Amino acid sequence: MLEIEIDGRKTSVREGSTVMDAAQQMNVYIPHFCYHKKLSVAANCRMCLVEVEKAPKPIPACATPVTNGMRVFTHSPLALAAQKSVLEFLLINHPLDCPVCDQGGECLLQDIAVGYGEDSGRCREKKREVAPKEAGALISMREMSRCIHCSRCVRFGQEIAGVMELGMTGRGRHAEITTFLGQSVDSELSGNMIDLCPVGALTSKPFRYTARCWELARRQTISPHDSAGANLVAQVKDGKVLRMLPRENEAVNECWITDKDRFSYPALSSPERLARPMLKQGGVWREALWSEALDYVAHGLKSITAEAGGDAAAALAAPHSTTEELFLLKKIFSRLGSRNVDCRLRQQDFSLDGQRAGASWLGMTLSELRHVDSALIAGSFLRKDHPLMAQRLRHAVQKHGAQISVLSVAADDLRIPLFARETVAPSRLVFALAAVLKAVLEEKAIAPQDQEGLAAVTVSGAARKMAESLLKGENAVILLGQAAEQSADFGVMHRLSARLAEASGARLGFLGAAANSVGAELLGFGGEANTDSRQMLVTPRRAYVLFGVEPELDAYDPRLALRALRSANMVALFTSFRHEAAMEYADALLPLAPFTETSGTLINAEGRIQRFSGVAPPLGDARPGWKILSALGSLLGFADCNFEDSAAVWRAAGIVSRGDAPEFAAGLDNGLRAAPVVLRKRASEERGLERVADVPIYFTDPIARRSAPLRQTADAAPPAARMAGATLARLGLQAEDAVRVRQGDGELAGEANLRAVLDARVPEGCVLISAGHAASASLGGMFDPVFVERA
Amino acid sequence: MRKLARFLKSFALLELLRGLAVTGRYFFARKITVRYPEEKTPQSPRFRGLHALRRYPNGEERCVGCKLCEAVCPAMAIQIDVAEGKDGARRTTRHDLDLTKCIFCGFCEEACPVEAIVETRAYEYHGETRGDLYYTKEMLLAHGDRHEAQIAADRAGERGGT
Repeated sequence: MLEIEIDGRKTSVREGSTVMDAAQQMNVYIPHFCYHKKLSVAANCRMCLVEVEKAPKPIPACATPVTNGMRVFTHSPLALAAQKSVLEFLLINHPLDCPVCDQGGECLLQDIAVGYGEDSGRCREKKREVAPKEAGALISMREMSRCIHCSRCVRFGQEIAGVMELGMTGRGRHAEITTFLGQSVDSELSGNMIDLCPVGALTSKPFRYTARCWELARRQTISPHDSAGANLVAQVKDGKVLRMLPRENEAVNECWITDKDRFSYPALSSPERLARPMLKQGGVWREALWSEALDYVAHGLKSITAEAGGDAAAALAAPHSTTEELFLLKKIFSRLGSRNVDCRLRQQDFSLDGQRAGASWLGMTLSELRHVDSALIAGSFLRKDHPLMAQRLRHAVQKHGAQISVLSVAADDLRIPLFARETVAPSRLVFALAAVLKAVLEEKAIAPQDQEGLAAVTVSGAARKMAESLLKGENAVILLGQAAEQSADFGVMHRLSARLAEASGARLGFLGAAANSVGAELLGFGGEANTDSRQMLVTPRRAYVLFGVEPELDAYDPRLALRALRSANMVALFTSFRHEAAMEYADALLPLAPFTETSGTLINAEGRIQRFSGVAPPLGDARPGWKILSALGSLLGFADCNFEDSAAVWRAAGIVSRGDAPEFAAGLDNGLRAAPVVLRKRASEERGLERVADVPIYFTDPIARRSAPLRQTADAAPPAARMAGATLARLGLQAEDAVRVRQGDGELAGEANLRAVLDARVPEGCVLISAGHAASASLGGMFDPVFVERA
Repeated sequence: MRKLARFLKSFALLELLRGLAVTGRYFFARKITVRYPEEKTPQSPRFRGLHALRRYPNGEERCVGCKLCEAVCPAMAIQIDVAEGKDGARRTTRHDLDLTKCIFCGFCEEACPVEAIVETRAYEYHGETRGDLYYTKEMLLAHGDRHEAQIAADRAGERGGT
């Protein structure tokens, strides 16, 4: 520890701290622009100049390490004079256009100019003008003359987002922040640069000119868009969400959020929102009253279950629904005598249902991800599916030299320096994982027991490297992603990775499918007592309740889902949006309040219980899900389904929190009941190509799908048939050819006309066609065989 | 002793006469009554009457939609919505002023960085229903257009001729 005295007050700080760290520890304010606690030190704004005893000149606090016995003066005449003259220099070229600047009122430069600036400038020369830049649909770079070259955005790109998308060219008066020639900023974390920019140079395009910060109410909420459960501040005016900002929570999202969290809000007030209940009568849709609509659904469920038994009714819920909603849905269905509730629509292998020891979770806390020294990530589009977790792993590599190995179905760029990587077809993923297990067992000289088929697995060089890294790591982890969960061999992969974790001493974790997947599992979804979603669709039921899902976009096999729904007698869709595709098969549309308009609890991948309240009143007649379900329960005559508020539903749901850490849920366990691993080669039929499907980052849930700004990003490009060069050549196709893609046969045949795209990231013999998009909703299963031919 | 003096004075009606003397003085003095509406009192160039929105000589609206007047207004009489204008500049799509709320303090004029919203010398306006006193952006701009010469002259004088 080092002794330091700042402005006459003494404190001791850790070795290696800077004067700025010490000042922040003591709550002493030193003005600064380029310093940011999460970024490296640049010391290029010079605003934090302070006087240090025995130093001949003022020195920057952010870049000066503390020495023992140092005496610092932050507001001495010398320090103040230095700070004031730095500010005067910064203002020489800064346009005083605060009245038209979106940053006005929340601008660091404005605030510091009030404290350290003169009331008028002395410079009579013309201010410098910087040409506007184009950075895509999310960030506005129109007024780059405002830039003070703090380089926070550049450092953010390099250090947090993993790629430098903004850089500085020129020097002195000619320095400019710009994108690479003609390129837009496409990072999934890019919106954070808007928060970082201390002036109005980088501003939010969707928010541009809509409101002033002082008009907006700040209300806290939780993101339902991915399994991290980022903490958000919703800024609301006149009952409308006008902006989403991160709420700092070091344990969850630090001070970052993804662009999906930040820019999904326009969908909440889009004209596509469903404002009134609607019923289809005689093939014609009409608006209805809540009482009519609920009567219709209650009557339908009651008569169908009375006639054909509870099994004739099924409920498919979105995995980002609140715990309260899922609990009520499950309760109503169990009272109806139905076991058909599930929220894992994208999964196809449910062989482990009833075999799990607890709810599948990350296996560690989110903040522990920073400290792993070896990680094996299997079957995940990590960067797009879990941007905040990827960011933490990137930090682990950059700061501690962690070794990240990846087994994936497409060689997507994670923007993380990887230790080892193997990209295989989805059907081979399980064997690639088995090879790592085999290598670990060989390394530790353990004879493989009850692992049928392991002997036939050949261990590749990459697998051996991964095994060594896992064995060497003191804090190693095996993380299974969504592509693994969605594959046909998920059960085997879970067993294999459990074995692998056991043999190598690593932890096992699941990156998590959605914001409340853990909550759903804790409620018993996916347990022995329940039917899985695939069964519900393969054998069509007579009544379906769809809660916040859009099956043709959210299901593993849209054709299967549509066939089941079309043959049903009643389909009730709880949705926040007027979902046009559903108008064909649904009989009732019930306006469901999205997360901003309801209260509830989400349990994220690390098992953290996060409660939130509504931030805006429900639009039109939309109502919170728990209220609708509570009313439906009473109509059906189930007295124990009637609740006064969502807190009461939560209490009834009976989620237990951990004794030592009440913010976490108890009952999380990635272990499995003992059973042998059976590794079996699937019958190799020459059946066209293998489909690889990701769910593009902005098409994962109904809200993100409808956000106008997100639809204009590069990540929202319509799906194409992406193939490696060899695959294209084998099919006799050229890149950019129009192709017809077919999947399935007979009743379940589906086809789509797409564009062939040369994509070296896709393994040979595979074709990557993204799911979750209307253009590929006419196709079949996400990882099923596919036929591609020239259109 | 003093009580007695007061008692005696009251019999002499001294207070009454003193009061009548004031009345008498004003009775014969020059009258200051203004025969409104034929005659009007002189106005200060800083008179705070009906508001107006101004334009530049080329017809461009001055207002840039910074919302400072809305923020400073103590009566919350101003409502502004902003959007990007056709010329790409920040423009108001709504600039409403509720004159039934306005207390004519002049803060809006002081807060305005571009001298767009001003209070003019006009005070002769009325409304027959409450809604008549709800002025929209178009009404305020039209009022500014009518009185621009006077508004400009008043402001030029304020700046001390510079």
